[in-house]
Amino acid sequence: MTVLDLSFYLFAILTVTGGLMTVVSRNPVHSVLWLILTFLSTAGLFVLIGAEFVAMLLIIVYVGAVAVLFLFVVMMLDIDFAALKAEMAKYVPLAGLIGIVLLMQLVIAYGVWDVAEGVTVADGLAAIPTPPELNTTALGLVLYDQYFLMFQLSGLILLVAMIGAIALTLRHRRDVKRQNVLQQMWRDPAKAMDVHDVKPGQGL
Amino acid sequence: MVASDLNIILPEILLALFSMAALLGAVYTSKDALARPLVWLTAAVLTLVAIWIALASPGGTGFDGMIVKDGFAQFAQVTILLSAAVVLIMGQDYMERTGLMKFEYPILITLASIGMMVMVSSGNLLTLYMGLELQSLSLYVVASLRRDNVKSTEAGLKYFVLGALSSGLLLYGISLTYGYTGTTDFAGVIAAAQDGEIPIGLLFGLVFMISGLAFKVSAAPFHMWTPDVYEGSPTPVTAFFATAPKVAAMGMFARVVHDAFGGVVGDWQQIVALLSVLSMFLGAVAAIGQRDIKRLMAYSSIAHMGYALMGLAAGTAGGVEAMLLYMAIYVVMNIGTFAFILSMSRDGVETTDIASLKQFSDKQPGKALALLVLMFSLAGIPPMLGFFAKLAVLQAAVDAGLVWLAVLGVIASVIGAFYYLRIVYFMYFGEAEDTVDGDMPAVQWVALSGAAIIMVIGIVNLFGLEGIAAAAAATLVN
Repeated sequence: MTVLDLSFYLFAILTVTGGLMTVVSRNPVHSVLWLILTFLSTAGLFVLIGAEFVAMLLIIVYVGAVAVLFLFVVMMLDIDFAALKAEMAKYVPLAGLIGIVLLMQLVIAYGVWDVAEGVTVADGLAAIPTPPELNTTALGLVLYDQYFLMFQLSGLILLVAMIGAIALTLRHRRDVKRQNVLQQMWRDPAKAMDVHDVKPGQGL
Repeated sequence: MVASDLNIILPEILLALFSMAALLGAVYTSKDALARPLVWLTAAVLTLVAIWIALASPGGTGFDGMIVKDGFAQFAQVTILLSAAVVLIMGQDYMERTGLMKFEYPILITLASIGMMVMVSSGNLLTLYMGLELQSLSLYVVASLRRDNVKSTEAGLKYFVLGALSSGLLLYGISLTYGYTGTTDFAGVIAAAQDGEIPIGLLFGLVFMISGLAFKVSAAPFHMWTPDVYEGSPTPVTAFFATAPKVAAMGMFARVVHDAFGGVVGDWQQIVALLSVLSMFLGAVAAIGQRDIKRLMAYSSIAHMGYALMGLAAGTAGGVEAMLLYMAIYVVMNIGTFAFILSMSRDGVETTDIASLKQFSDKQPGKALALLVLMFSLAGIPPMLGFFAKLAVLQAAVDAGLVWLAVLGVIASVIGAFYYLRIVYFMYFGEAEDTVDGDMPAVQWVALSGAAIIMVIGIVNLFGLEGIAAAAAATLVN
């Protein structure tokens, strides 16, 4: 057993454990943390098969943005997770059944796996050939050269999304008190306060 | 990517730069106060680009065949840009009256126009999808521009959700096509799908793609969003929906079926013919019960898309020519009709009720006459241009051996004539009720009377459009 195999089993076990714990842990914050562990170990698996770009995307996008967003949602929204969990218990038999069916389908698919002619299946991780250039380089070359037009068009689409979000939601409210720095600086302390001598029983 | 590639999409680049410059300029200066001049400027830029494209010689292909600037693309792009420009100017007065004059409006229309230009000139399934999304996303936003109004927000949301669904269908079809041909290039797809025999998976891809495209052209049975979106959106936006995006969607439809699946005409012909029949009949029958003129125009557009699809169903160059001709005439008729709808108001309040047109001819005979001409033309009654548009598609269908389709088209046209003629009946013979009395700004009056005049004098030689459409169609089908 080489280091590669060892790390594969380590990441694989971590991924499965993390996924399982995400579902079963009682505390929703713990769930999100387990989810992050799952993402990280999946990223490790991707690195092992030489897809370093996908691994980095997984860490930056999923761990960095999506999981943190989940964390915010879990902490800020008042959702009764205990009730949701109780609800879940009802569906465990059905979910288990679907899970078993899916597993069996996977087994069947793997059993009749047919390799196309002229394709050699890598025997073990170490046998995967190293590509001449890094994934990131290859993707960059395609994205900014062959698919330059698509890249720019998606930029325009994002611009439309931004304009749309602002045009449909931004409201300039007139009745809000805004901070006016100059007004604050030029305030005259002498005029800012009045002293009244209030007689007992009379009021102002 | 070399200079020649960029040269080919120069009009698109120019429009994109213009929209970004306009956006920055408006945000950093007086914002919405700038909207009015910006509308005129945008319309002028769109018109200039349209003239430029019309005068330029076809640029060929660029970006490894991802963009195809042939005669077909030129024809569709010019129609799209000109109609977008006219609709922008036409609706300006309405937008100001209802307080919707935001500077984002002309900018979003420009970006949508870029998307439409890409759609009709795509030579790759990816380009097609990108253009479609650019256009759709801009349209979702302008549909709900009147954000304090429940119907407008509903229109935007409905359009967005159903549009996303149809994009999903289209993408699914694209991925199946890619899976079974190994390429997203139209040239590659057509090489894989030759001689009528295509793998079942590719056939599935074709069906899914046609479903997605049918949604975008609002052909039955994928039409359900149209009436609600037309009714809820601000009227100038509805006028826009009914013109340029329809041309773009039909252009894209023709591109996919001819450029990518031109080798298996028999496989898609039956689907398109079915869509055509369903649209014509649904549009004709469902419009009869409508009391709101915007909803009525929505059903009318469904029916008209049915006729345009009939041209496509022929599967020949003549069919594409008839389709292009039909779309151009349809756009002019719709511009005129919507110019009138934009001016419909009673005691200063906008109305879209058909009953408010009763005895309209007594008050403003000129406008009533122009609308009469347009309604006759929409119904396809002989002396008007609309008749020749219908005649062209029927002719193409008969030439392609689809006589049953042409017969059904004529029957649907007779049913559909009822609701157009009812508007005319209301205007001339209706019992006077609360008739509309709004004034019409000069621009709308020009659009209305111009469209009506075109409908009458166009019958002489169709302004030479027939030859241009034939040349455009010949570049697509060969």
